[in-house]
Order: sequence, then C-alpha cells, then structure tokens
Amino acid sequence: MKQVLPKADPERAIGNVFAAARGRLPGGGLVPQIRASAFEVYERTGLPHRGMEDWKYTDLRALIGGVLPLAPRPDAEALVRAKVSAERVSVDQAVKLVLVDGIFAPELSDLGRLKNQVVVRSLREVLENSAPGDMAGLLLSTTSDSAISLNAAMATDGLVITVVDGNAVKRPIQIVHVATGVSVSTFTRSYLQLGKGAHAAIVESFVSAERASGYQANDAIIALVGNEASLSHIRVAAAASDAVNISSAIIAVGAGAKLDLFSMTCGGSISRYQGFIKLAGEGTKVSANGVNLIRDELHADTTMVVDHAVPHCISREKFRAVIDDCGRSVFQGRIVVRPAAQKTDANLTTRALLLSDQAEADSKPELEILADDVTCGHGATSGALDNSLVFYLRARGLSEKDAKMLLIKAFVGESIEEITSENLRDFVTAQAEHWLQAGR
Amino acid sequence: MALLEIRDLHVGVEDREVIRGLDLNVNLGEVHAIMGPNGSGKSTLSHVIAGKPGYEITGGQILFRGENLLRMEPNERAAKGVFLAFQYPVEIPGVTTMNFLRAALNAQRKARDQQEFSTPEFLKRTREVAGSLNIPQDMLRRGVNVGFSGGEKKRNEILQMALFEPGLCILDEIDSGLDIDALRIVASGINTLRSPERAMIVITHYRRLLDHIMPDVVHVMSKGRIMKSAGKELALELEASGYAQFEDAA
Repeated sequence: MKQVLPKADPERAIGNVFAAARGRLPGGGLVPQIRASAFEVYERTGLPHRGMEDWKYTDLRALIGGVLPLAPRPDAEALVRAKVSAERVSVDQAVKLVLVDGIFAPELSDLGRLKNQVVVRSLREVLENSAPGDMAGLLLSTTSDSAISLNAAMATDGLVITVVDGNAVKRPIQIVHVATGVSVSTFTRSYLQLGKGAHAAIVESFVSAERASGYQANDAIIALVGNEASLSHIRVAAAASDAVNISSAIIAVGAGAKLDLFSMTCGGSISRYQGFIKLAGEGTKVSANGVNLIRDELHADTTMVVDHAVPHCISREKFRAVIDDCGRSVFQGRIVVRPAAQKTDANLTTRALLLSDQAEADSKPELEILADDVTCGHGATSGALDNSLVFYLRARGLSEKDAKMLLIKAFVGESIEEITSENLRDFVTAQAEHWLQAGR
Repeated sequence: MALLEIRDLHVGVEDREVIRGLDLNVNLGEVHAIMGPNGSGKSTLSHVIAGKPGYEITGGQILFRGENLLRMEPNERAAKGVFLAFQYPVEIPGVTTMNFLRAALNAQRKARDQQEFSTPEFLKRTREVAGSLNIPQDMLRRGVNVGFSGGEKKRNEILQMALFEPGLCILDEIDSGLDIDALRIVASGINTLRSPERAMIVITHYRRLLDHIMPDVVHVMSKGRIMKSAGKELALELEASGYAQFEDAA
C-alpha cells in the first residue's frame, strides 16, 4: 500500500513508519512491548524541535519533517558498495565490525581476529536468542530524549561488546556504519561493557557508499566503563552531504576509570551528536573533545552533557569548529555538578573558526553547579583567521592557501591532540586533512 | 644594478599618504640604517617591501635584482630572498617552531626549484644555528613564539634569517624590547650574517643598535621621505640633535 504522508503531520508519518517496520524488528519475549512503550515516549513529543531547550539550534521537526521508511536489508550489490566505503576508512590494526544499512554484515567484518576475552555479538542475535531477562535492558533508555526513544523503538541491529575484567584489548575495535540506500532510514544501537580494570579503544565511523543519498541514520551507543577501566571512544561521522545523522552516546564511568572521548563530524546535511556522560564513581577522569568541520550549507550540532554525580572527578572538554560557506556549527556543553560531587574539577572550552561571512557558529556552554567546593570553568570564542598570522607565514614563503591550511590544521589539532593513542590520532588527523583538501 | 631599487614610491593607507616619493638604492654587501621618528613611514616601508596587504601603492616602483617586486606575492618575494624580521613576531599556537621552519624553508626551496631538505639535514642545520643564537632545543618544539619572551621572539626571527639565507634582510626595530644582553646576542647573530652576497636594512629609533651593527649608510626618514643620507656618523649627530630639524624641513 502506498501512503502519501502529509508534510504538516510528521508524527503521524513516523507512526506509520513504525507500524510498517514492526514486523521486521528483531526480538521476542518482552522486546516488542519495550519497543512499543519506547515509541509511546517518542510519540508524546515527536521529533525534537526548537521548543526543547536541548534542541533549540537543531529543529529536527522543521529541518527533516518526518522519518523515512526503514531501509531494506542490504542485498549483495549493496554489500559490494559498502565494502569499498568501509575499506576507505580503515584504522590501522583495527578489528573491523561493519553495519550496512543498520544490519550487521559478518562477511565484511573480521570477528575472527578478536581474542576470547572480548565477546562480540550482534544486537539482533542477542534480542532474538537471549533469555528475556538478559536483553530487557538493551532497549531501555536513561534519558527522555525523543531521538533516543525512537532509536529504541526502531533499532534493527548493532553490536554488543563485552570486555572481561582486567583484559586490555590491544587492537582498536572499529564499528563502521555504511549507508547504501536512497531516502531510507536506519536505526542502530550498540552496547559496550568494560569490566573492572579492562581497556578498549572503540572507533566508530559513519560513511556513505556510492549512490547513497538522502538517508537518515539514527545511532545510539550505550557504554558502561567499569571501575579502574579505561575506554577510548573515537567517532568520525562523514555522512553524505544530503543525509541526516543523529548519534547518541550514553556513557557511565565507574570509580578510578578513564574515558577519552573524541567526536568529529565532517559531513551530513544535518548532523547531531549528543553525548551524555555520567561520572558515576570517584576519582574518574573524563576527556571529551571534538571537532565539527562544516562547509556548503551543512549543519552540525555537537551537544555534550557531562554529569558529575560523585566527588573527586575531573572532566576536560575541548571543542573546535571550522565553518566555511553557509555552514552552521552548534556546540552545546552542559556540565552538571550534583550536590554530592564536591572537589569536582571541570573545564570546557569551545572555539569556532569562521572562514566565510555567511558561516554561523552557535555556542552554548552551561554550568549547573549544585556543590560548593568545586573548580569549574568554561570559555567560548569565535572568529575569523587572524590575518597577521597568515601574512607572517606568507612572508616566510608559504602560499596564502598553504598558510591558511596550516593555521586551520593547527586550530583543529588543538582538539585532536587530546587523543592519547598515536595511531588513532593519526587516523583522525588524516580524516580531517581529507576534509580540508576537499575544500581547496 | 642595485640589489634593491626604490624609485619615487608613494604609498597610501586608508586615504592617507604615508610614503611620499621615497627613493632608495641598496647594493649587495651594504648595511643601511633607516632612522626616524614615530610615524615617519619606516615600518610601512618594510611592510610594503615584504608585501603585506592593506597598503595602496599609488606610485613608483620597487625593483629587487631588477625584478618588479610589487607584482609578487609575499611568498614569492620570500623565495626570491626578501626577508622581513618583524617588529612584533606573531604567536602561532599549534604549529611547532620546527614544523614551521621546515614548511617555510622547503616552500622557499621548492619555489626556487631546489630540492627540499631531508629531515636529518634540516634538523642538523637548525640545531647548529639555534645553538649559535642560544636558542634552547625545547623552544623549537614549542608553538611558534608561544610563551616566548620578547628577546626569544627576536632571536627566533634571527634564527629564521640565518636558516633562509635571504639576499635582503629588513630588520624592523629588532632592538625594541631587548635588554642589553639580548641586544648583544641579536646583534652578533646579525653581524654573522653580514656578507658580500647580502644586504641589510636596519630600521631603528636608537643609536644603541648601530653601535653593534655598524651601518655603511644611515638614512633619516621623516613624513614618508628620506630627508638625509650619510655615513654612520649621522647616527651620532641625530642622537645629539634629534629628529626635529627633519620634521620641520618636511
């Protein structure tokens, strides 16, 4: 049955999308019920819109109107295209796990390279085969964000990764999300559990295959970082320039643990990356950084909520945006310090570099401090390239283009250099340079 | 043929003429000092020779080795051998001094169709020159001029001058902000670079620097023109009589 969806009623449209997709969504037992109630939560507010404070700069309701039909399962031809794209973003030494149009593709992944201290299963498999008690939590959300509720209702697949106590995973694990479709939506949800004292580096890449266009991707990753564990989480989103990417990360960090988070958005007509980081155990260190690289008429929104729930934790955030043409970059950073979280040390800086007169940067740093013995600070700046620096470099022999490129790289590097692993830092730097070169 | 030949140069900034018919010839091997009061156009002249945007050349010409300098981009001028030591060297966070020096040097060499320096070659040369200027290795690993003292910034300018081996060095108030010891180091760095293959223009307010760097010619600039040119004894005379006579004359 072909349905014509009235533009003025996007919520009704998504209702139809959910109804249409229901039969294809994995999970028995309690899962359909959990999906239905997640969808109800979503329906109460509908697509996030500017009336919601956290979405005031990214009015999804106005920007995307409605949700497109769920992508079909990728066929052999789509997998061939996906393979080419996935290979382009390979991280050196990484164990690659590929999701194509929201479905795990074992044939493009190298599961075999993982040692047995790491357990990787697809979300689909877990939802279909586990005992009801095991998977009930997988679709639950700790936030009321409607994009995440929608993700819970619609998630078709993802990865469930468990690292046992005390185990350090040597190779980075790279999850590559490839979109191959046209005017379809995908919903993926992954889980990561790091046991006590465990260590892992997870890289997430979002790319599009040849001929993919106009798609909408909605991803969520939920991570539990055990006591004294350490997680590096790197994300690089390069969606097609007419595509939508909504990614959410919900991360709880245990006592004495360490989280290094980095997110780079360098594509996508509309992108939103939202991180909810809870420092749940004492003595935790969080470094959350990112870069938005935006040109043409693209829109990228990075929103971070760092929640200090307990005392004696440190958080550092460093965001940079480079915006050219009519691009728009949004950065919202909220630091919450709960009443119990004395001796919190939190700092956030965000800087935007505007390369054209039409470029726009919106920054909203917020401190919500409910404890009295804390050190918290934030700073936000935006501006153009400093001409005196450009001239200095030109007077030393660099062409105007090279001079500007060097300064932009240095600017972006201020955030990228926070990535502790040299391998991953080089990977992100190469992706950033690729973006810069593409604009020359 | 003079290395640098400036003929009847007129330069405007925002509808105001700041250089008004300036003539200057500088030959290889010579060191020229340009002295003059604030606002006389000395820094403007150095900027215009280096190609800084924002100035309108309303008349005259500048020839460097017989070529029309005003038609070249700043980076082309650098590759041809024009070097300006900045009065206020900028800070460039995120670009280490080493990376900056290598990028600049290799860009110049490439423009001259010379082979780029290999990394060991480059490191060796840079360390040698830095050592002779008392520049610690640690400074080379930091962002360009970031957190450097005034003296360190000026020494960094001389380091670049020594590395790039330009044909014409313009030193714009290289002495400003330097204490006596720093001045001595900078001056000795400059003296080391004096050569029959090179010329220098030293812009300064004070005689002090010229006690260390003996100029061949001293010019007095006022109101956008060179009012008087003579030997180094002119610097002494100026210290005694001041610039007022030239301002009145203009």
